[in-house]
Amino acid sequence: MSTGGDASALRASGLGGMLEVVGAHRGAEARDAVTVRSVTVSYGERPAVFAVDATFPAGAMTAVVGPNGAGKSTLMKAMVDAAPKLAGEVRFFGEPFARARGRVAYVPQRASVDWEFPARAVDVAMMGLYREIGLFRLARRRHREAALAALDRVGMADFAERQIGQLSGGQQQRVFLARALAQGADAFLLDEPFAGVDATTERAVIALLRELRDRGAVVICVHHDLSTLNDYFDRALLMNVRRVSEGPVAEAATPEALQAAYGGRLAQARAEAMAG
Amino acid sequence: MIGGMSHAEFVALGLPPLVAALLGALACALPGNFLLLRRQALIGDAISHVALPGIVLAFLLTGTISTWPMMLGAGVAALAAAAMIEAVRRLGRLEPGAAMGVVFTTLFAVGVVALELSSASSVHIDVEHALYGNLESVVWFEAEGWGSLLDPEALAAAPAQIWRMAGALALMALCARLFWKELALSAFDAGFAASVGARPRLAGAALTAATAVAAVAAFEAVGSVIVIAMFICPPAAARLMTDRLDAQVAWSLVFAVASAFFGWLLAGWGPGWLGYQGSVSAAGMIATVAGLIMFAACAVGPKRRGVAHP
Repeated sequence: MSTGGDASALRASGLGGMLEVVGAHRGAEARDAVTVRSVTVSYGERPAVFAVDATFPAGAMTAVVGPNGAGKSTLMKAMVDAAPKLAGEVRFFGEPFARARGRVAYVPQRASVDWEFPARAVDVAMMGLYREIGLFRLARRRHREAALAALDRVGMADFAERQIGQLSGGQQQRVFLARALAQGADAFLLDEPFAGVDATTERAVIALLRELRDRGAVVICVHHDLSTLNDYFDRALLMNVRRVSEGPVAEAATPEALQAAYGGRLAQARAEAMAG
Repeated sequence: MIGGMSHAEFVALGLPPLVAALLGALACALPGNFLLLRRQALIGDAISHVALPGIVLAFLLTGTISTWPMMLGAGVAALAAAAMIEAVRRLGRLEPGAAMGVVFTTLFAVGVVALELSSASSVHIDVEHALYGNLESVVWFEAEGWGSLLDPEALAAAPAQIWRMAGALALMALCARLFWKELALSAFDAGFAASVGARPRLAGAALTAATAVAAVAAFEAVGSVIVIAMFICPPAAARLMTDRLDAQVAWSLVFAVASAFFGWLLAGWGPGWLGYQGSVSAAGMIATVAGLIMFAACAVGPKRRGVAHP
């Protein structure tokens, strides 16, 4: 278990003084990482995410794992200000999100948007240049070229002019990834990038994410498929509203931790993983 | 002679309704594109209905039927309705369409009841005018011919509705141009929009406010039938013509102009061509033409569902 696990143990035993020491130590290492502290999100009376702590280091791919309704997507959204935090703090490379926005790319679930929207693949990729284009301005030729270059990196250059609803699920996911690449970010938060995609896309996406990781980016994916967890990811954060465990996959995703996160649904999750 | 009128008569009586209809159609169709993409097309309908209680309330409060208090009342009612729709949607766990339906029917009913109260007083509000509009009453008595279009004095006396409508259209165009990226981004992917700082909630609220301004300005000038039709029909037809947002908006403006022009033409001269006397309601005919364009786009639009794309 990582220091994160120690911290909650300390908190549980009420050793506040020692917790502060741990916190100070973390502050020093946070310059090259994304850190989440006591984040709580609630849509109704029951919190979707409760007091979650996590550290996502640079140069590592971390999977956020847990059953349906565990608050994984909500945590991602709360990290990028797409959902309101009730409490807690998120820091990207030592800075609050509002100051680090330009270094962060968020890829929501593919199913969360309307693909009938009147846009072509290149238009979606160009959305990644929103901040670069600037307030009150419209995209110019160089922005379009940057968007085309991003599409090329995910093997979608030939589909640039295609309406997004005409693309397959895997192609749509790659267009979303091109949009993230166009953002030129140092931290990538992806919500289920492998959900409902073909094998070609899965390979292309994992190769690209590894490339980003090897260049020192923070890569965080909400991930559903336990069978590929070990192959694809360096680290894992197991959660079910609260954090269950965190650390290198072998240490975080132990049978006990999985049981704790999934409860009675673990067998079902395994069966789905085998089937999928 | 133009259609049985002298040139002077045409500029004074024929042209002003056309100009008012064109401006109103454009001002409503423009924000309608974004409402449609956000699945909020009905909000234009809702706001137009809600203008009635706003107007009646303004009348009950001020006791006059002058324009500005009434437009203010309609505007306040529209914004209150938008807030209520959001509240009903969240607290009542209803889908947006149902939330709009609940709010605008209720407020419209309140308006009808309030109208009863107001008609007990000495001044009477013309409901029919308020609802269906009376484009034909937009007239320019000071016009003496085409030359009046270049005469500052005569132009200053042109119907005030036209100037207000032109102002609303200019505002819509300016907002669409300045906040194009935010409107597009928040309609397509609100989560991503929030993450890049495009403020999707603010964009949504601003769009609702712009819709209220367009609806109230057009409502007063051309009546709610046109307003409701123009928020939905031209953008919906335009979506079937193209897969690009900028092209969709352009098509919607073309369809808005076509609806206003052909509706105006058919209302004024259509009955005569068929051998009948007189004319029919321009507002009704314009909305009808808008609907016909929508049906035509459904039938032959290149991007309708089920058509194989290249």
